Amino acid sequence: MAPQQRKPHVCRNPDLIRGVGKYSRSKMYHKRGLWAIKAKNGGAFPKHEKKAVAAAPAEKPPKFYPADDVKKPLVNKRKARPTKLRASITPGTVLIVLAGRFKGKRVVFLKQLTSGLLLVTGPFKINGIPLRRVNQSYVIATSTKVDISGVNVEKFDDKYFGKKVEKKKKKGEGEFFEAEKEEKNTLPQEKKDDQKSVDAALIQCIEAVPDLKSYLGARFSLKAGMKPHELVF
Amino acid sequence: MPFKRYVEVGRIALVNYGKDYGKLVVIVDVIDQNRALVDAPDMVRGQMNFKRLTLTDIKIDIKRVPNKKTLVAALEAADVKNKWESSSWGRKLIVQKKRASLNDFDRFKIMLAKIKKAGVVRQELAKLKKETTA
Repeated sequence: MAPQQRKPHVCRNPDLIRGVGKYSRSKMYHKRGLWAIKAKNGGAFPKHEKKAVAAAPAEKPPKFYPADDVKKPLVNKRKARPTKLRASITPGTVLIVLAGRFKGKRVVFLKQLTSGLLLVTGPFKINGIPLRRVNQSYVIATSTKVDISGVNVEKFDDKYFGKKVEKKKKKGEGEFFEAEKEEKNTLPQEKKDDQKSVDAALIQCIEAVPDLKSYLGARFSLKAGMKPHELVF
Repeated sequence: MPFKRYVEVGRIALVNYGKDYGKLVVIVDVIDQNRALVDAPDMVRGQMNFKRLTLTDIKIDIKRVPNKKTLVAALEAADVKNKWESSSWGRKLIVQKKRASLNDFDRFKIMLAKIKKAGVVRQELAKLKKETTA
């Protein structure tokens, strides 16, 4: 007999109407078996001894009373959590980006980062969208899913996408300024390798499904007669 | 232009408004000038205003207010489901439902198929044109 399987206990004193039970106090006393508990204990209801309360150390009266009553702020027990993810967005879902430079593009969802933003990739070879963060509100989730089990996205977090902090150089104008600017524009090789490794497994799964590759390469647009509130995505 | 579809016991109608929208029901009795008693295998028998019904061409042979069992048997015997789904009206409704339930990916695949089909048709047409001018 598995210990977890318990039938939900029916109420001993069902309501006739709200506020009035079926059985009287004396009947309930009998039903609860308090008489049997008392009999087992020799005529009186079993009592616990009160735990000895440790004597609180004597408090000295405070030396200083503030002149005005200062209001204490209310207790705030809220915790910061990432935005609640819509049920339709699961790892591997194809999303339609609605704003920004890639608007209309269809993109594969990888995971939700701790900031609440969604980590997303084109894949880059298919539609030119790199590993990128996207807000859930600017995205339509389609019901098309891609198998994402072969992809490892553990190492990506919000810090990976943050702006690089540059070391402060002395304020030398002229040559210093130009030399610095040229360095910033190239993408570090590490990011290119990350993109390739994530996309390699993904592209294999995408090519297994007919037409999925060209689907991800195409942009979405509303045409005549399409009613977004009636479309099934 | 006389009427062809009459309100009578056994007439199959399509519900066009309300909770049972889109269902095929049988008119089982006429209550008064405006309402009919209506029944279907998957619904509790109830009254419906004629304005909510659109009559179809299909009619089955039943007595006034039959049992649910007799009704279902009569519907099976007359093969209403297949008659409806093979009629042009029924087929149109099925296509509408299919189109409404299409995925974004499905719509993309259909677009590719349409383009392909149009390409093939245009090729054949070009061939025929060449033959007639030559």
